[in-house]
Amino acid sequence: MIREDATALKERFGDQVLAVVAGIDCPEVTVAREAIVDVCHYLKSEQGFDQMIDLCGVDMSEHPSHGDGDARLLVVYNLLSVEHNKRIRLKVAAGERDLVDSVVEVWPTANWFEREAFDMCGIIFNNHPDLRRLLTDYGFEGYPLRKDFPLTGRVEVFFDETQWRCVYRPNKVENRVLIPKVWPGVDRG
Amino acid sequence: MAEIKNYTLNFGPQHPSAHGVLRLVLELDGEVVERADPHIGLLHRGTEKLFEYKTYQQNIPYFDRFDYVSMMANEHAYALAVEKLLGIEAPERAQYIRVMFAELTRVLNHCLWLGACALDIGAMTVFLYCFREREDIFDYYEAVSGARMHAAYFRPGGVTKDLPDGLLDRIQGFTERFPGYIDEYETLLTENRIWKQRNVDIGVVDKEAALAWGFTGPMLRGSGVAWDLRKTQPYDVYDKMEFDIPVGATGDCYDRYLVRIEEMRQSNEIIRQCIEWLAVNPGPVKIDDYKLTNPPRDLMKDDMESLIHHFKFFSEGYPVPEGEVYAAVEHPKGEFGVYVMSDGSNKPYRMKVRASGFAHLEAIDYMCRGHMLADVVTILGTQDIVFGEVDR
Repeated sequence: MIREDATALKERFGDQVLAVVAGIDCPEVTVAREAIVDVCHYLKSEQGFDQMIDLCGVDMSEHPSHGDGDARLLVVYNLLSVEHNKRIRLKVAAGERDLVDSVVEVWPTANWFEREAFDMCGIIFNNHPDLRRLLTDYGFEGYPLRKDFPLTGRVEVFFDETQWRCVYRPNKVENRVLIPKVWPGVDRG
Repeated sequence: MAEIKNYTLNFGPQHPSAHGVLRLVLELDGEVVERADPHIGLLHRGTEKLFEYKTYQQNIPYFDRFDYVSMMANEHAYALAVEKLLGIEAPERAQYIRVMFAELTRVLNHCLWLGACALDIGAMTVFLYCFREREDIFDYYEAVSGARMHAAYFRPGGVTKDLPDGLLDRIQGFTERFPGYIDEYETLLTENRIWKQRNVDIGVVDKEAALAWGFTGPMLRGSGVAWDLRKTQPYDVYDKMEFDIPVGATGDCYDRYLVRIEEMRQSNEIIRQCIEWLAVNPGPVKIDDYKLTNPPRDLMKDDMESLIHHFKFFSEGYPVPEGEVYAAVEHPKGEFGVYVMSDGSNKPYRMKVRASGFAHLEAIDYMCRGHMLADVVTILGTQDIVFGEVDR
């Protein structure tokens, strides 16, 4: 049973709303990348979603549902309406070179959440006022939450006695897998 | 005449009132803050990356280390998220125990906040008073889990162990003493002239701004929005508890202080209600599905199947059905949410932690503009920032 505000979104935006799912906890709406700012403006002003609780990037490349031609990255918006006491989840798919329009103009709090998604997954936000890295080190390279980034990282920092400063060198630590990732019902011999 | 230029000041990361490892770049015009640019991430440990390589069981202790002054509240959000995905519910006794410890954790957190915030502003004594009460609560943590801070006590499907004998009486004693202790804090601060001069009308945030900047918890309630997840979206047995939500009027630092003080009193009431119920209602404290919880030790001694369950549970873990869920709790600092995306295996595909402090700290630029340098410390103090959760 899909909640009526999610179906209203489908009626309002037509083809721009790609999918509507009931979800375990709240409706999940997949939106076309071009329409995200309009959808957010509509949700905030017409449906009372006054808070953007969370925004995160996901690298879908190793997900079982990921097909060959699918966009690699996914931006997930968790919205909350304090006024009507309900939540909704929006999703936008984006390729590695696609720009996702920033929702900072709708909720100013999106600023850091988008910076984090850029920092961690390499999602580039269009019209963002200040798209710098947020959590990683100054001058960090790579996007740590992408699936092809090694768990142990690529470089390690150490103090160099001769230069009397901290420098980076390639990481020699290897990732140990103590418990493999398994799916139920898969025979592992 | 000499040219007057703005002055850039580097506040932290080793400043004692930077609450850990905040580096704040302040642009000052004389003593007035023009712009504040927080540089965070000095405590970034890549926990969200680690999650993807650990089983659901192994991920529990990481949650203690997010907001390391309210450990069990973090676990609570995780336990609820995984339970939602699995479609299970903890037994009633476990839910009461969780609510009781979640409220003890709220007291624990607010005691640290009050002590540290007062210390930042210049009141030394409150800090010592608050740590006396924290010590008691750490003892209760130790009694149930063996660890004084990083308990790993709340787990998907219930709690690790039942309460040890005599613990309820000790907590009962605490709830009787504690209102008197809050009165002590209030005599030191509430009507204190210096405390009021430093807090009243500092860092005012109105309702609209508080919502737009993603404020939650006491920060939002301080601005006059009566929003508390324990009332509006109750989880566990909060719907059976009787308590009030304190709400501020002006949205300044002093209001946020008053809201948190009143929250401690309300928490105390909730703890009492839990003790009353727990004292007369024995029962299981975790679900009896041994694919999702560990079987009791004595059963393992002569039952082969239990032994297998135990081994599988602690090595391979349990698969969680494919799907995604966002579960949030009313954490002492605000809304603490966990967004789990499962691909059907024994490890999460992606897990995002929504920390309330992250959104609060982001708004520091908005809150500090036009204030004096010394007020930055007050504002940072009432935001109740802990870097474990901001940097993750």
